[in-house]
Amino acid sequence: MSGTLVALALIFTQLSLLAFGGGNTILPEMQRQVVDIHHWMTAREFTALFALAQAAPGPNMMVVPLVGWHVAGFSGVLVTSLAKFGPSSLVTGIALRLWERFKDRPWRRKVQAGLVPVTAGLVIASAIVITHASVPSWSLALIAAGVAIATTTTRIHPLLALAAGAVLGLTGIGQP
Amino acid sequence: MDAVPTADHTIKQGAPSVADLFMGFFILGLTGFGGVLPLARRMMVEKRGWLTGAEFTDLLGLCQFLPGGNVINMSVAVGLKFRGIPGAFAAILGLIAAPTAVVIALGVVYDRYENEPVVRHLFGGLAAAAAGLLISMAIKVAWPLRRDVVGWLIGVLCVLAIAVFRLPLLPTLLTLAPLSILLKSRQAS
Repeated sequence: MSGTLVALALIFTQLSLLAFGGGNTILPEMQRQVVDIHHWMTAREFTALFALAQAAPGPNMMVVPLVGWHVAGFSGVLVTSLAKFGPSSLVTGIALRLWERFKDRPWRRKVQAGLVPVTAGLVIASAIVITHASVPSWSLALIAAGVAIATTTTRIHPLLALAAGAVLGLTGIGQP
Repeated sequence: MDAVPTADHTIKQGAPSVADLFMGFFILGLTGFGGVLPLARRMMVEKRGWLTGAEFTDLLGLCQFLPGGNVINMSVAVGLKFRGIPGAFAAILGLIAAPTAVVIALGVVYDRYENEPVVRHLFGGLAAAAAGLLISMAIKVAWPLRRDVVGWLIGVLCVLAIAVFRLPLLPTLLTLAPLSILLKSRQAS
C-alpha cells in the first residue's frame, strides 16, 4: 500500500510541474501512468473518472483526487492532491515575488509565446487519447461528435452538454 | 495614529481576511461548472473588489506562464498577496474542498454500481460527452494557430509523440518546448 502511495506521489509531483497550459495538457501522461504502466484501472475506467470530474463543480483538475481515491482511498486523495497542487503552488509563490522583475523582460514573452503551440498540441493529444478510450461504439462516437460541434459553434453551457450526453447514454442505444 | 491614510493603508483595510479568502474561493469552487475563470474574475474584481481589472489580468498572466491550473495558481497568488502563507492555504483549500467532496461522492457511486448496465450506459454517455468537450477545447486552442507554420510543426510533433507513440511527457516537453521557443522567437524577429 505505501509503495502505491509513493508511486502516486511521484507521478503527480511530476505532473504538477509539467502542467504548462493547464490541466488538460497532462491527461495523456496521467492515463499512461495509471493505466498503461501501473495498471491501477482500465482506460475505460479512467475516462469515466475524467467524465465524472468534468461533471463536478470547481477547477478542471478534480480528476486528480478522484484517481487518488480510486487507487488508494482517502490516503490516495491526500497524496495525489498534495503532490499535484503543492509543487505548482510553491512555484507560484516564488514566481509571485519575482514577477515584477521579470514580467517585462523580452525572454518572458518569448517563452510564453513559444509555449502556446506546445500547449495546443498537448490539448489536441489529450482530446485524441480521451476520445479514443471513450467511444467504443458508434452511438457514443455520435454523442462525442454532437457535443463537440454544439459546444464549438454555440454558447451552450458545458454542463447541459454533459447532461444531454448522459441522458442519451442512458438509453443504451448502440452500447454493449 | 491620525496620520493621513496612505495608499498602502487603504489597500490593507480593504484586504480580505483569511476567512474571507477561504469563503470567497469556497463559493467559487462550488459554483464554477465547466470553467471557473470567468467566475473568478467576477468574484475577485466585480463583487468583492479584492483586485482591480488590471491587477487581475497581470496575475492571470503570471498564472498562465507557470505550470498548474490558472485558477488554482491564482488562488495561491491572491492568498499570498493579502495574507501570506496562511492566506494561500485558505484560498486553495477553499477552492478545492467542495469539488473534492463532490467528485469523491460521485466516485463512490460509480465504483459501487460500475457493473450495473444502467449506470454503465449513463457513464458511457457522460464520458463520450466529456470527450466532446475536450475536442471542442482542442479546436478553440488550436484555431488561432491555423496559419502559423511553427504552430503546425510543433502541434503535429506533440500529437505524434503523446497520442500516437505514447511517449512520456517529460522528455517530450524537454525537447519540444525549447524547440518551439527557439522557432517562435526567430519567427518574431
